[in-house]
Amino acid sequence: MADLSVEFCGVRFENPIVLASGVLGVTADSMAQVVRNGAGGVTSKSLWPYEHFGHPNPTIVTSEHYMLNAVGIPDAGPEKAREELARFREVCKAPFIANIVGGKMEDYVAIAKEVALMQPDIVEINISCPNVEDELGKPMACSIAKSSEVTKLVKAALKEAGAGHVPVTVKLSPNVENIVSIATSVLEAGADGITAINTVGPGMAINIDFAQPILANRVGGLSGPAIKPLAVKYVYDIYRAHKCPIIGTGGVCTGADAIEMMMAGATLVGVGSAVWLRGQDVFGQIVKEMNDWCDAHGVEKLSSLIGKAHAHS
Amino acid sequence: MLILNTLPVAATVKAIVQENEQVKTFVLDISVGAQPGQFVMVWIPRMDEKPFSVAMDNGKELHLAIADVGPFSHAMHQLKVGDQVGVRGPFGTEFTCEKGQHLAFLGGGYGAAPLYFFAYKAVAMGCTVEFVVGARRKDLLLYTEKAKQLKGVNVHVATNDGSEGFEGFNTVLLEKVVTEATDIDCIYTCGPEIMQLKAAELAVRENVEAQISVERYMKCGFGVCGNCCVDGSGVPSCVEGPVMPLKKVLELRDFGKYHRDKVGHKKYF
Repeated sequence: MADLSVEFCGVRFENPIVLASGVLGVTADSMAQVVRNGAGGVTSKSLWPYEHFGHPNPTIVTSEHYMLNAVGIPDAGPEKAREELARFREVCKAPFIANIVGGKMEDYVAIAKEVALMQPDIVEINISCPNVEDELGKPMACSIAKSSEVTKLVKAALKEAGAGHVPVTVKLSPNVENIVSIATSVLEAGADGITAINTVGPGMAINIDFAQPILANRVGGLSGPAIKPLAVKYVYDIYRAHKCPIIGTGGVCTGADAIEMMMAGATLVGVGSAVWLRGQDVFGQIVKEMNDWCDAHGVEKLSSLIGKAHAHS
Repeated sequence: MLILNTLPVAATVKAIVQENEQVKTFVLDISVGAQPGQFVMVWIPRMDEKPFSVAMDNGKELHLAIADVGPFSHAMHQLKVGDQVGVRGPFGTEFTCEKGQHLAFLGGGYGAAPLYFFAYKAVAMGCTVEFVVGARRKDLLLYTEKAKQLKGVNVHVATNDGSEGFEGFNTVLLEKVVTEATDIDCIYTCGPEIMQLKAAELAVRENVEAQISVERYMKCGFGVCGNCCVDGSGVPSCVEGPVMPLKKVLELRDFGKYHRDKVGHKKYF
C-alpha cells in the first residue's frame, strides 16, 4: 500500500484525485458522496455572486471518446453556497475547493468576498468557460492583462475579507495561443497554483436526423478522453516553466491517466467526464488503480512521481 | 463499440390520444427498450429537452403520457401526428417484482401511467395487482380504464369529490387495500411526493417492502450534471433512481420535504 497523500499549497489531500468543477457538485451531499466513492477532495460547481441560470437542454452530449457540454454554469447564488458548504463541513472532512466565476471583474470581487466567509480550503478562479461566450464574451483566460487583473482582485478581496491565507488557483483555458504566458501572468499576479485545463473548443455535434446542432447552446466545451493528450502537454509545459502546484485536469479516466498527469507535473488530478464513462464510483476505481501501479512498481510515495517526466527533458 | 443511449434519435408521432383535459398520450414509432419506471428525454430542437416517464414500450412503440403544465409540455401538446421529436434513453432504474406476487400500486396524477406499464408487465409474470389510483375528480383519472382491462389487475379508484369510487385521498384507500389483503408483497408508488411519503409510512407501519419513484429536476439523465442529486445519500436520482427501494428512500433527507429547482434552490413541498 503506497502513501497516496499529497500536499497542495499547504493543504493535505488523502489522495490526489479531486472532483473537477462542473460535474456533480451542486449539493454538499453530492460532493460528500464523491468523497465516499474515493476522491481525495472536491471542487464545487462555479459559484456566482448572484443567481445565474444555465442553458436549456440538451446541455451535454456524450460519446465514447468525448463529452461536449454547455450546461451554462447554473448556480443559485451565495446563500445556497453558504448553506451547502456548511453542510459539507458537517458530513465530510476532505478539502473543499470553491470554484468561483463572474461575468465582470466586480463579480469576481463580490464572490471572492462571499466565499472568504465560507472558509474553503482553496479558491479556484474560473476564467475559462467556453460555453457562455454569447453572454459574457471571450473568456478572460484569453487575455494576459485580464487574467492578471482578476487574480490580483480576487487575492486582494480574500485578504480584505480575512481569508488571505486561502490559496488561490486559476483555471486556465487551452484555447489560447500560449497557455504558459497566461500561467506566468497569473502566478506573477499572486496565484498560488494553476488548474489546467478547462474544456477545449468550443465544439459542436449535429444530429443528422434533424440537421440541427444538439446542444441548445449549439456549441459546448469539449472534455473527456479525446482531450487528455492536450491536457498532459499543457500541464507539462506549465510545470516546466514554473514548477508550481498544478491541478491537472482533462480526460483522466484511469489510474494510469492520473499517474501520467502527475508525471507531467500535476499535484492534484481533477476528474469529471470520467463519471459518465465509468460511473459514480470512478474516483475509487482510479485511486485503486494508482495504488496497484505504485505497488507493482515499488513506488512508496505517490507524490514522488510529480513532474517525473521532466527528468528526461 | 459502446452502445449509446445518450444521443437523441428521431421519433415520429404515430398517434395522439387525449386522455383527459390535461393529459395526452403520444404514441411514438420507436422502441428504446424501456422498462416500467424508467424515463426518456424528449427533445424539441431549439426549444428544450425534458424527462418523461414511459407509459409503455412494447418493443414497437413508445407511449408517453404528458400533462400540459409548462412551456415544454405545452409545446408537446401542439404536436400533430407525423411530427418528429428526438428521444434518448432509457435512463434510470425500473420497478421490479417476482413471479406470482401480490402487489399494491399507488398512482396519483400522471403517476398512474408508468404504473400501468408496470401492471402490464407484472400480470404477465403471474402477479396480482391492486391498482389504487386517485384524482381530484372522475374526469381527471388517468389510465384507469386501460388498467381495468388487464386480467389480474383490481382497480381501486379514489376521487377527492367522490365523483367516482372512494371519496377521499387515494392514500387512505391504499391503507384499506393493504391492510385488508394482508399478503401484499410490495407497494409501488409514483406521483406527488407527499402522497408517496404516506405510502412509505404505511409500508413501514405494515412492514411491507416498497419501491418509490423519486422525481427530481433532471438535465443530463446519466449522472454527470448533478442537478438531480438527492440529499442524504447524495446520489443522482437519474442513475440510482427514479425508482428506489424503501430502505434507500427512508435515508434521504429531502424525501417528502423538498426538491430542487434547475439552479439548486430548495423548493419545499
